[in-house]
Amino acid sequence: MSEQLALLPEYLTAHIQLTLLALLFSAAISLPLGIFVTRSPRLEPLVLGIAGVIQTVPSLALLAVMVPLLASVDLQSIGFLPAIVGLTLYGIFPILRNTVTGIAGVNLALKEAAQAVGMTPAQQLARVELPLAMPMIVAGIRTSTVWIVGIATLSTPVGATSLGNYIFSGLQTRNYAAILIGCLAAAVLALVLDGLVRAIERGVQTRRKRPVWAALGIVLSLYGYAAITLATPLFGGPDRPVVIGAKTFTEQYILSAILSEWIEQHTDRSTTLVQSLGSMVAFDALAVGDIDVYVDYSGTLWANEMGQGNVTASRTEVLGKVERFLREERGLTMAATLGFENSYALAVRSADADRLGLSQISDLDRYASRFAMGGDYEFFARPEWPAIRDTYNLAFRELVTMDSTLMYQAAALGQVDVISAFSSDGRVTAYNLTVLEDDRAAIPPYDAVVLASERLARDEPAVIDALSRLDSTISAEQMRTMNLEVDEQGENPRVVARRFVAELAATVAAASR
Amino acid sequence: MIQLDRLTKRYGDVVAVQDLTLTVKAGELLVLLGGSGSGKTTTLKMINRLIEPNAGSVRLNGTDISSLPPHDLRRRIGYAFQQVGLFPHMTIAENVAVTPTLLGWPPKRVRQRVDELLELVELDPNQLRDRSPDELSGGQQQRVGVARALAASPTVMLLDEPFGALDPLTRQRLQGSFLRIRRNVGLTAVFVTHDMIEALVLGDRIAVMNEGRLVQIGTPHVLLTEPSDDYVRQLMSAPRRQAAVVDRLIGREWTS
Repeated sequence: MSEQLALLPEYLTAHIQLTLLALLFSAAISLPLGIFVTRSPRLEPLVLGIAGVIQTVPSLALLAVMVPLLASVDLQSIGFLPAIVGLTLYGIFPILRNTVTGIAGVNLALKEAAQAVGMTPAQQLARVELPLAMPMIVAGIRTSTVWIVGIATLSTPVGATSLGNYIFSGLQTRNYAAILIGCLAAAVLALVLDGLVRAIERGVQTRRKRPVWAALGIVLSLYGYAAITLATPLFGGPDRPVVIGAKTFTEQYILSAILSEWIEQHTDRSTTLVQSLGSMVAFDALAVGDIDVYVDYSGTLWANEMGQGNVTASRTEVLGKVERFLREERGLTMAATLGFENSYALAVRSADADRLGLSQISDLDRYASRFAMGGDYEFFARPEWPAIRDTYNLAFRELVTMDSTLMYQAAALGQVDVISAFSSDGRVTAYNLTVLEDDRAAIPPYDAVVLASERLARDEPAVIDALSRLDSTISAEQMRTMNLEVDEQGENPRVVARRFVAELAATVAAASR
Repeated sequence: MIQLDRLTKRYGDVVAVQDLTLTVKAGELLVLLGGSGSGKTTTLKMINRLIEPNAGSVRLNGTDISSLPPHDLRRRIGYAFQQVGLFPHMTIAENVAVTPTLLGWPPKRVRQRVDELLELVELDPNQLRDRSPDELSGGQQQRVGVARALAASPTVMLLDEPFGALDPLTRQRLQGSFLRIRRNVGLTAVFVTHDMIEALVLGDRIAVMNEGRLVQIGTPHVLLTEPSDDYVRQLMSAPRRQAAVVDRLIGREWTS
């Protein structure tokens, strides 16, 4: 709990930065646009329509789609920028709609009076229409504020730190205290910001200056705080910390923490973690240099990046081909092979395995039509799935997509019969599941490999050197144990990682003596 | 002096005002009288360019108003209408001060002018200056509306049924106030109404309109004694018919 709370300043600051900046941009776009639309009514349905459509895109998808979109125009596609762009787009509609409705709703007699007393069109807008539409516009700003604060928690998967880090990592590692802290902090932030906007509006309406200045002062200080904290890294010079990425599952949290501990202990470089990246997002982020290092799996790269389907190649063959592909085609360095495999594997309940005599995937074909199969978010969309399905001619009764943390439990409880387990996941044994042998070699080998960006390989040989010393240091058994410690015993990934690194350092020291 | 020359306004196929030619003499109050849809309000709004005509012209003291920027023109013409249109987010003083402020008068002169005008329309400046419009009665609001219209000392004033929504007694009081103000200020005014009595009481001359056309223009006396056609005759006899009804009611009470 206290370990989680220690992260609050960092996450909350990042969340405030995202929220305030996105809100500012939303308002800066939608207010003039709304005014413009009321001056040219023929555009109104078009503009409101487009803004409305953006609004209907699920918020997570809107943020996720920014990654390839920004990458396609050579902008930073992981981290702050995609989050800001997505949140800004999301915040536009309420302000835009309320600005248009507010101005359109001004009493016609007042519009006529404004003309008749001799106001120019600009004066009519500034002195009559906008002041009278203000309560409506402020209501829109308040809606946007609350939405943006909430949706900013979804910035985590696109690589921007936010209070969502609590929620995403908490969900993966079953740390409910972390989830609760994240949710509460976001709710409090939303209430505070909403209250400030309301206080300003009230004060303006009742013409009381002091509360307006007070609330305005707080808002401006928050903006100042966000600006200073955003600008600080810019003055930190070229010595940016080594950015370590992690995908959205426990093993990745542990491994990224191990990399971080290891680099900080064996070099003079500091590190920062960008966690909960989507699988493809992580690779793209490394390719464009938004992150410097992360752990991926040879089979994943083999299937996703090299587009290879069915494999009969051996573990070393695949590793060699992937290494060459990364080096020659993508300019990336494979700094270490950690020593364990985390392959996709089909697992069934051990009881079923005994009763039905299941030991190989090919044994499934008689039962597939009665079985329901569960997979994590990406499994059924990955190239491995059709390869397995077609190789073994599997036609399951039902395919269910679910979070990987829930998958094992679902299998144990009989809600699904087969799952796409990870071979290094300690829960396979913890939940009394049996991994079926891939007897027709449909699944490629999945060696865990440490990938380094072009920049890191070029500019920081010391870090590459440190990373290479992690080669063959983690056995499958060790990884399973560490995964289980986090998943089932509720330990913090950082703590587990620290323990591992300490033990490793001791072994290395003992060996050199 | 306001000269309307062959003024025409059409909305699609509907003709609102057709070939209207008339002159409002300097210092005169001309009533535009007619039923709903007779084109009287449209005519009025073409004088301060709230509505642009399809054809014809309006000259103000010899100048074609289409050559002036609309906001400049309107700052020289007072305008009061039935809905009053006081700005709810401004105080009474700010409402009255709006045109002088637009004209860039120094604040001190604006303040003096506001008090002067509130007194002119028989309101207590000290009491009402900082009130908000919704705290005032309908009659008080319309007095403020007239004060606002007069604020920048216009020589021409346009009034569109300004007292139409008020109860009869308040209406009479305001009509009386307005007559007095007009004498003091020396305004040229165009006053739209469909109320015969109001037309007879206020108008130096009355222009009767029907279906977008001018039917007859003349002093109340001329209209009453020499109506040009049946429509005008019917219109002019309406007050007398109403009075006859009242007389009969009084008589019945007497005899019963």
